[in-house]
Amino acid sequence: MIHEAEILSQRRLAPDIYRLELFAPRVAEQAQPGQFLMVRTSISLDPFLRRPLSVNAVDRRRGAVALLYRVVGRGTRLLAERKLGKRLNVVGPLGRGFTVPLSGPVVLVAGGLGIAPLFFLAEVCRQRGNEVILFYGARSQEELVLRRELESLGIKVFWATDDGSLGERGTVVELLKKKGLPPAAPVYAAGPPPMLKALAAALKDMGREAEFSLEERMGCGVGACRGCAVKVREGKDFVYRRVCADGPVFKAGEVVWE
Amino acid sequence: MKKPRLAVDLGPNLVLKNPVVTASGTFGFGLEYAPFGDLALLGAVVIKSVTRHPRRGNPPPRLVETPAGVLNSIGLENPGVEKVVKEILPALRATGEVTVIGSVAGETVEEYVEVSCRLAEAGVAALELNLSCPNVKAGTLFGHDPRLAAQVTRAVREALGDGFPFLVKLGVVGNDFLAVARAVVEAGATGLSLINTLPGLAVDVKRRKLLLGQGTGGLSGPAIRPVALWAVWRAYRELRVPIIGMGGVAGVEDVLAFLLCGARAVAVGSGTLAFPRLAWELVEGLEQALAKEGVEDVRELIGMVAGS
Ligand SMILES: Cc1cc2nc3c(=O)[nH]c(=O)nc-3n(C[C@H](O)[C@H](O)[C@H](O)COP(=O)(O)OP(=O)(O)OC[C@H]3O[C@@H](n4cnc5c(N)ncnc54)[C@H](O)[C@@H]3O)c2cc1C
Ligand SMILES: Cc1cc2nc3c(=O)[nH]c(=O)nc-3n(C[C@H](O)[C@H](O)[C@H](O)COP(=O)(O)O)c2cc1C
Ligand code: FES
Repeated sequence: MIHEAEILSQRRLAPDIYRLELFAPRVAEQAQPGQFLMVRTSISLDPFLRRPLSVNAVDRRRGAVALLYRVVGRGTRLLAERKLGKRLNVVGPLGRGFTVPLSGPVVLVAGGLGIAPLFFLAEVCRQRGNEVILFYGARSQEELVLRRELESLGIKVFWATDDGSLGERGTVVELLKKKGLPPAAPVYAAGPPPMLKALAAALKDMGREAEFSLEERMGCGVGACRGCAVKVREGKDFVYRRVCADGPVFKAGEVVWE
Repeated sequence: MKKPRLAVDLGPNLVLKNPVVTASGTFGFGLEYAPFGDLALLGAVVIKSVTRHPRRGNPPPRLVETPAGVLNSIGLENPGVEKVVKEILPALRATGEVTVIGSVAGETVEEYVEVSCRLAEAGVAALELNLSCPNVKAGTLFGHDPRLAAQVTRAVREALGDGFPFLVKLGVVGNDFLAVARAVVEAGATGLSLINTLPGLAVDVKRRKLLLGQGTGGLSGPAIRPVALWAVWRAYRELRVPIIGMGGVAGVEDVLAFLLCGARAVAVGSGTLAFPRLAWELVEGLEQALAKEGVEDVRELIGMVAGS
């Protein structure tokens, strides 16, 4: 489960967004959409903890695994500085991913870096023959990454940007409400908490089931430390579940939004 | 080269095959780390603290990183002693010959006694009484007051009978921890586990509020190592009882440092979060380090820098 994976490539896709490819055949073999890796960004004890990053794509033939990340702090900055040919220590694949129906259309909703796990999901759905409709929103055209790769998957994409530089101006949730959803298609989403909260409310109004990939600060990533709690409904009460081991994918309806 | 002897004892009725154990709360119930190595190779698995009833724990965020450390306010989330005894310990035992040390938390003397007895009946090799959790209301109540600490220790000793090994786990902030340590040793504890996390907090400057959901938390990791070494060194000099030392262990040198200060065993806590195989690596690394230096028996090192 612990891999010393060689860095095959590292590309800057937008000012703060990078895609990194690792040689990790076991991960490529096993990973399911929605699962993540715990990445050691530094070679010293500082930063101390690993950083969780979703599996963005796998290439089983080449044994390659892609990660897509935004530089937001020290860990991700160090990651962006890691050089080709050097090794990255990762643990995984971890967590419980998306559950996808064997056939029929599926709807994916990505906000910002939420495209990281959903790109992988879109790929797998296409390989299995599901029809895929993707709603993808970001701040600007520049931050709508992997556009060419998405288009070459042969899926239907609706773009949204906050500044209107590409696709619809506004949020991806507004766009989805406007366009509507094909009947009975399950919904899969990942993105920042405010977007997921708004989406959960919209889907509830439409009476739709959905699966969301959630994020929380993590310690171990393997279910041991109980650091990554998310509030989940249980009857009239609530319980805390572990994002790392019970998720990161949860049913939208069970999450209690604060 | 001769293989060094790694076995250590924590009192007359508990021998560990080596001095490397896991720190409560950082290794789950052991099962979470079974995919990373053979649990039977570790000196012992100290499980997450257990209470009488299930506890759902504190609101998130529960954990933030700090310079060379971790600040947590988990709030003793655990499934309660019933489930631990009926489901979790049997599953843990099914993985092999694991030496299990139970960890007990509670809000009353009765709760400590009840949970201790149930874990002991379920066959754990020893117990740790957590009198020092900074993240729940009554958590440090017992650990900061020598009289209350002695009272709960005495009650557990009476309930468990004379021979059963149990250690009391303390932090070092509050009243002079040595007074508490002395009181629990006199009240019948086999030894001490030092140290629990130190109180701390982080501020979300942008939102102008405390970062952890609960407000305050406990600091662990390499950042607290010197404090932990000092506490072990002090307690060893004063009391000469078996000690499990912990706080920021990240490498073999840290294990050696704790042993030299007087710890008979060393627990790996936050280090496991960063390096899942750390405990196993330390067992191997310790053996190699001793062999290289010609130390035949790890016990030679214990307390070497703590004078007489
Ligand atoms: C299961 C999972 C999958 C993820 N997948 C991806 C991915 O594919 N791509 C990607 O770019 N990011 C992903 N993330 C988020 C990513 O882990 C964080 O952005 C990263 O850990 C930040 O590390 P850092 O050291 O750069 O920032 P830090 O210095 O640790 O933090 C930078 C800022 O972000 C805040 N912060 C950090 N983590 C969180 C959090 N979990 N919730 C709220 N605030 C936080 C910090 O307080 C600080 O203000 C994922 C998170 C999880 C839990
Ligand atoms: C996430 C987390 C959870 C913890 N839970 C417990 C617990 O339930 N009971 C306990 O006695 N100590 C608990 N501790 C404290 C550790 O066992 C240990 O005493 C402390 O972290 C210092 O060691 P370290 O620096 O190696 O982590 C916890 C620590 C962390 C980081
Ligand atoms: S990060 Fe440790 S339980 Fe999820």
